[in-house]
Amino acid sequence: MIPTSTTGKGLDLRSRATPFHERTAAANILNHWHNWQGFTVADAYFDAELEYFAVRNATGVFDLSPMTKYRIGGPDALAYLDRLMTRDMTRIKPGRVAYAVWCNDAGKVIDDGTVFHLSEGDYRLCSQEYHLEWLTAAALGFDVHIEDETDAVAALAVQGPTSCSVLQQLGVTGIEQLEPFGLMHAQVRGMDVTVSRTGFTGDLGYELWVAPEHAIALWDQLFEAGRLYGIRPIGGNALEMARIEAGFIQAGKDFLPADRIVRPGRARSPYELGLGWLVHLDKDNFNGRRALAHEHEHGSRWQFVQLLVEGNKPPKDAYLYGRGKNPVGFVTSCLWSPVAKQNIALGTVERTRGKSHTSLIAEIDYQREMHWSTVRATCEIVDGPFFDPARRRQTPPEPC
Amino acid sequence: MTERTDVIVIGAGHNGLTCATLLARAGLRVIVVERSAHAGGMADTREFAPGFRVSGCGNFLYHLPGQFLDQMRLISHGLTMDPRPLDTVALNDGHAPRLIGLRASDGTAHSDMAALDAWSERMRRLAGFIDQLGNAPPPRLHQSDRHNKMSLARIGLALRRMGRDDMRELLRIVGSNIYDLLNESLHDDMLKGALALDAVLGTQMGPRSPGSVLTYLHRLGSGDGPRQPIGGLGALSNALADAAREAGVQIRFDCPVRSIDVQARRACGVTLGNGSVLHAQQVVSAADPKTTLLQLLGARHLETGFTRRVHNLRAKGTSARLHIALKALPPAPSGREEFLRQRMVFAPDMDAVERAFNPVKYGDASAEPVLEMALPTLADPALAPDGQHVLAVTAQYAPYRPPHGWSDAARAEYQSSVLGSVERALPGVGAHIVGTELLVPDDIETIYGCHGGHWHHGELALDQFLFTRPVAFAAQYATPVDDLFLCSAGAHPGGHISGRPGTLAAQAVLAARGNRSAS
Repeated sequence: MIPTSTTGKGLDLRSRATPFHERTAAANILNHWHNWQGFTVADAYFDAELEYFAVRNATGVFDLSPMTKYRIGGPDALAYLDRLMTRDMTRIKPGRVAYAVWCNDAGKVIDDGTVFHLSEGDYRLCSQEYHLEWLTAAALGFDVHIEDETDAVAALAVQGPTSCSVLQQLGVTGIEQLEPFGLMHAQVRGMDVTVSRTGFTGDLGYELWVAPEHAIALWDQLFEAGRLYGIRPIGGNALEMARIEAGFIQAGKDFLPADRIVRPGRARSPYELGLGWLVHLDKDNFNGRRALAHEHEHGSRWQFVQLLVEGNKPPKDAYLYGRGKNPVGFVTSCLWSPVAKQNIALGTVERTRGKSHTSLIAEIDYQREMHWSTVRATCEIVDGPFFDPARRRQTPPEPC
Repeated sequence: MTERTDVIVIGAGHNGLTCATLLARAGLRVIVVERSAHAGGMADTREFAPGFRVSGCGNFLYHLPGQFLDQMRLISHGLTMDPRPLDTVALNDGHAPRLIGLRASDGTAHSDMAALDAWSERMRRLAGFIDQLGNAPPPRLHQSDRHNKMSLARIGLALRRMGRDDMRELLRIVGSNIYDLLNESLHDDMLKGALALDAVLGTQMGPRSPGSVLTYLHRLGSGDGPRQPIGGLGALSNALADAAREAGVQIRFDCPVRSIDVQARRACGVTLGNGSVLHAQQVVSAADPKTTLLQLLGARHLETGFTRRVHNLRAKGTSARLHIALKALPPAPSGREEFLRQRMVFAPDMDAVERAFNPVKYGDASAEPVLEMALPTLADPALAPDGQHVLAVTAQYAPYRPPHGWSDAARAEYQSSVLGSVERALPGVGAHIVGTELLVPDDIETIYGCHGGHWHHGELALDQFLFTRPVAFAAQYATPVDDLFLCSAGAHPGGHISGRPGTLAAQAVLAARGNRSAS
């Protein structure tokens, strides 16, 4: 049946509002929105670059309520997660958060996400995409219960150098003692708030998790507390800039979830995404282990690269060349980085004869007044993220 | 102190014993652990009423090649086969019986005799190809090493050798249904019913189900036709057990396995029901794949995609057994007592088989089941007290578990349906009944420990055949867990009593040991 109405009769195809929508809509001067997992979220509120600078110089607040959240509990929760994830989940104590990837049997990444060890044996998994089908299949033979609580938890990312001060001002006692990838449960002005020192910006930052009924109150009080600290709401475009500078990959952009891929060779293993450090071959059995052990021994086909690109053209969708005349890969994410004062890019390249590339050339097509031109830009492959301030790891962070 | 051995085989069914014997003959120390008190698994002989004994799950041997009897030295271990070849007699009250077999001309004349001969000839040729596939392990499709390419090439070559016409015919019909094929080839309803029953016996398929030609060809096998051992199938298993012991195999009965143990991602032994631990370099399971991998091993030692495939394996039995004790022989069909000695079937026509199948799709039992029957006491009077007889009935279809379970009322109702069909096949038999035993698939699961009570340890169908039997990444007897192997009917080439999965699994175990000592 094709619905004839979007007003509540028949199938409702409208994007849904997040618990913060009343406030984000009021703040969104541009009225620029996009659909994220069925929710309406802001592209930008007033100017993406200015929002980006709020994250880098003050505090940006991002509504991440649409983030997919699964509550995982039951007697076998730890065994289940340890079998699901490539990293050793037994090392993640209560009160800690783990960045993790999970793979199919072929060792290809289905998605990455964060696992919150909320209390002993009680976990929350946050990810970009929906995965209930896979998570349920993985539960065969384990005594666990998995619940999609995406709608039951509203969340804000509070990111930037002044974020700790803002949260102190808000009344989150002890926030300065919270270590990176730590989480705490706090009473904030009568609300139960879970605070984690996590984020997608590569800077000092926190994420606040509350029941949806507290969403509006939390937003109001947070912005009141941050008034003197340059707090700003930020949209998806600003976050995108920050996450590329931080070298964070994103499902759907820098890799595709392996379970959505049809063509052979299009999926990527953790090693091929620069996430080999998340693969613990020394632990017990886990999904993808056999394939990953084989790849670890024999080498990967693909190489994840972070690139500094010369010239003034962002290498959007550019082909990447090694020494030969055929392209070896392509850019998956890029921008003119305000902090690096240079074009930067994330990309995927096929290793040649089992050897990693050490230098690449980007072939950048660009359009000026309808006409297309091509420029070839030398790329430097760098190891670390493009932006990595010390305050990201300091506990307590420098007062700011 | 923990006991150690080279190989543990779980289950003393015919495949388990075959595998164990071959491994022991290769010089390995082998212990077979069996949950029940006797050998044979589903190939057993059970006493179902005082003094009355019967093969528990099936009536006949279809697939036991003569070379298997020789290889296992079963005759010297006391196995006696009934020397008479068996034909199939299709019975239906008020109709002349139809004879299908090597001596078709001896039977009652019917208009389709010539067509039946042509059918049998053609099907035997095609079945020969399917049968041949069972002589070697299936190649692995995603690994392109020389060995796999060779075995793939061998299959292609065998297909070409059939000749153009047979090859085309096989490829045309192998995925299709027996209903259409029989309608193309024959006219006689009783003949078609009986042949269609052959295609679907022991499967969750009706004659119109796609793939029922494959199951028919698989049943025909090498074309030797049904045979029966004196003493029931249990006699075969006892001879196998003797052969195993002679080879040095230790068989432990009443010894259920609680779990397959894993250390550093290799199978290292088993924990028994009484808590004691048995260590081995390799573990071979003759239990069905679902029981082996999901229950005894456990999902945590496997990966999610693989676990899901095993979980989704189709293995719901649809065949029930009715064992009937008779105080005297029933009246012979058409007055010809030799018909009672044959394999008897009741399947009036193909639609009757399809109609019997319909309810089981929804978890209900057939109201008019179709039957395969045998009177084993005619060949082997010792199975019943003097002058009395056993009628062994395989009744198709019974659901594995009906929506509300197999209550006493549901059993009674199904039993009277089966007896109704039996009476139609052999009018007057009801007056001689002195005892019965009904085994529905749920009972078969409980008694024999096979998941779903499925004869073949998993439906025989194109998607669970050859490269994908039981599932991809376990189709070459090795499992994703090193040193754990499958040797049951759930593995290639599948069900019936053939000894072939056990034989091929033994080769795989030995090859794996060779590779390990070489590296």
